[in-house]
Amino acid sequence: MLILNRRSFLQVGSLASASMMMPKFLKAFEKDNLAPPGNKVLVVVQLSGGNDGLNTVIPYRNDIYYRSRPTLGIQREQALSLTDEIGIHPALQGLKGLYDEGSLAIMNNVGYPNPDRSHFRSMDIWQSASASSENWTDGWIGRFLDAQCKGCDKPVQALEIDDTLSLAMKGDLQKGLAFKDPDKLQAAANDRMFKELLGKENSGHPIEDDHAPVDYLYKTMGATMSSAGYIKNQFKAYKTKELFPATDLGKNMQTIARLIMSDISTKVYYVSHGAFDTHVNQLASQQTQLKRLDEAITALTRELKNNNRFQDVVIVTFSEFGRRVAQNASGGTDHGTANNMFLIGGGLKKQGLLNDGPDLVNLDEGDLQHTVDFKSVYATLLKNWLGADDAAILKKQYEHLSFV
Amino acid sequence: MPAVPEKLQMQHLAWRAGFGASPAIIEDWTHKKRRQVISKILAGPEKDVQTPLKVRDVSDLPDRNKMMSPEEKRELNKMNRQGVKDLNLQWMNEMVQSEHPLREKMALFWHGHFACRTQNVLFNQQLLQVIRENALGNFGELLTAVSKSPAMLQFLNNQQNVKAHPNENFAREVMELFTMGRGHYSETDIKEAARSFTGWAYEGDGSFVFREKRHDNGQKTVLGKSGNFNGDDVLKILLEQKETARYITTKIYRFFVSENLNEANVNKLADKFYSSGYDIGALMQYLFNADWFYDASLIGTRIKSPVELLVGLRRAVPVEFEREEVMLSFQQVLGQVLFYPPNVAGWPGGRNWIDSSSLMYRMQLPKMILYEKEFNITPKEITPEMGMGSYKVTMELNESVKKQYAKKIKGVINWNALLKDYEKVPREKLADAIAGSLLQANKNVSKQVLENYADASSRENYIKTVAIAVMSTPEYQLC
Repeated sequence: MLILNRRSFLQVGSLASASMMMPKFLKAFEKDNLAPPGNKVLVVVQLSGGNDGLNTVIPYRNDIYYRSRPTLGIQREQALSLTDEIGIHPALQGLKGLYDEGSLAIMNNVGYPNPDRSHFRSMDIWQSASASSENWTDGWIGRFLDAQCKGCDKPVQALEIDDTLSLAMKGDLQKGLAFKDPDKLQAAANDRMFKELLGKENSGHPIEDDHAPVDYLYKTMGATMSSAGYIKNQFKAYKTKELFPATDLGKNMQTIARLIMSDISTKVYYVSHGAFDTHVNQLASQQTQLKRLDEAITALTRELKNNNRFQDVVIVTFSEFGRRVAQNASGGTDHGTANNMFLIGGGLKKQGLLNDGPDLVNLDEGDLQHTVDFKSVYATLLKNWLGADDAAILKKQYEHLSFV
Repeated sequence: MPAVPEKLQMQHLAWRAGFGASPAIIEDWTHKKRRQVISKILAGPEKDVQTPLKVRDVSDLPDRNKMMSPEEKRELNKMNRQGVKDLNLQWMNEMVQSEHPLREKMALFWHGHFACRTQNVLFNQQLLQVIRENALGNFGELLTAVSKSPAMLQFLNNQQNVKAHPNENFAREVMELFTMGRGHYSETDIKEAARSFTGWAYEGDGSFVFREKRHDNGQKTVLGKSGNFNGDDVLKILLEQKETARYITTKIYRFFVSENLNEANVNKLADKFYSSGYDIGALMQYLFNADWFYDASLIGTRIKSPVELLVGLRRAVPVEFEREEVMLSFQQVLGQVLFYPPNVAGWPGGRNWIDSSSLMYRMQLPKMILYEKEFNITPKEITPEMGMGSYKVTMELNESVKKQYAKKIKGVINWNALLKDYEKVPREKLADAIAGSLLQANKNVSKQVLENYADASSRENYIKTVAIAVMSTPEYQLC
């Protein structure tokens, strides 16, 4: 019997036709290594700048909310009603639909002890999953790659749809790959001189020993070049049918949709959206940002549903912090602490509101107190969704939640 | 192990003690005694005008006060941001042009060691000057001056460290990151040190002030010593700890020698540093004179930081950019923006600089600059530290920054020096000569490969295109 090893499979399998011609038993055989349909995928959406959680998931029965936000508070009749207590921002119509059909969950009051209100510091804490007193130089998805991808010849298990790579995607041994446009990535990596330099190493013998820095650089170059070709071929294999918005996030989501529908072995996609830093005139700017978020996510979920893949994907949103409960004097809000996260997918075990909304009475110097550590959300996604060793990746055992 | 050729040794020295040097200088060095060359590198030029880098005067900016309207505050923040950009570019230029590159290299090291973020351009400017002035001086004096700088006092919240409510942040970072490193002191030591630093503050104009009324005058015990200590006393106690010498020399070894520590050599450096009373210049002199510093296993093994890469490139081929700000964009996409270290621990360095995208940008950089190609890469959304209560409009900034990209990089490129460097080299030896002087490590950059990407229509074009090709390789990322 012909047994394809992983590498030769990838070379053959990167052509859609070859993949389709493959006998079913072989696909099943590949299941553990590759990404056949049924592969669980995580899409992380970073809302940069600190999204105002209280105007995203709105406690419209709470007087303190309206007292703290005389001009910023969103009226009950404008909010999209989820329960008697809680509604969501009027721009989130698609998400409201997902809630109604049982494909959306909301985790309230997510944060971490000793919150830091600096953008860059708090973002590093979320991306590295460190305690606020520690500075880690690797990220949680990067460490997932370290654990997942020993011996992988192409670092495509985690992809960031952006020009540069976030800390979250950097492991100690492995790093994710960042690109906005697979064609441009291929064009940059496909440089003739790079190929020639790579020479022997390119002929199917990736550099194993990267102890010397020069070998490490060649290994990274080789991996980038082979991944670029592989990604481009996968990307070409499927064209989306839904209309994706022409925004940055919309285009990036479309790229993610095309890749998810291919045979690529990617488990985690990472994408950023925003400027959510709404110190002034928040109403208009948050409306714009949330609408873009809603439209892009809605397009992705439709595409997934049409292809019967929605149950295999979880989309999770986070922001480096929420904002203060009280509005400021400029029609905006300042940096705060705990925030909510959206979890979206056809395979959620729990839907709707996963816990109580924010406690606006017991504040810590005007800020919300967290009740769920974000690292518990990560641990749950790693363990229950991606089947990974969360305690090793997060360097600590966190409580597992039950949404997946 | 084969002996390292003298020329390669001198190139090694030029890169580690600076940002590389031209073939003419290397040639000159190989004819001199190593000891003399090193003394010259440490001393700098005879007429070393230590000009402070200054982009703003106190009078250029309005005083920040509580009466300011949000618009005025916004305007002030904008002025500060522009000032920090100007300071960044001016320092980059200094690194490129300085006749005392070791001082700038050392300052770059201290800039990462004493990592600090403040949006105040005057505070940044003052701290940079402290670091450049003391870069090769006495570490104790440097530590004291940094600890009394408004930038650091603000960044580490010592303004809030008062007798009634001690704030431990400053004391903790001074011990953990500036002197001893983790594991050599207790939480009690931090609390006691924090009490000693109470009252250290700065005035509106940035000058240091000791506010006696806010100082805790009681007895403290720090690292086994007791007394009515103030901040200076604590710094003195920290310098008495041998661990401090070891911690600093370990970092210096990582930065100037190798990520892989050689315990015996680090210990030698630490002993030397401690017994000299923390003389930085003497430490570097000892390091550069050590035979093991030129060991073949260390040459060409250091991954250049983005700033070192950019400065080295500009030193090799001088470019006057039409828009100097493009340097900031390069720093951003490559992951090292001066004055914006990622956190209190500074830039992690080494392999952390390299991922698929950053490596591709690094290798495209010489072509983008020297062929004036388009630069079509957008950095992440910019949300530099803005602090509580400031009303910076990040969105506007991001939009304006985004518009800057997707533009061609234009500049006047001065090839004369490079062409002159090779004027005596016969044509058939040119490719190897250029690779030999621009690279410290060579895995696959052969004459054969370079020939394929060279423009052979004239000798001049050949030299230029070979140089660009050499600088576009993985090997050029190393020094």
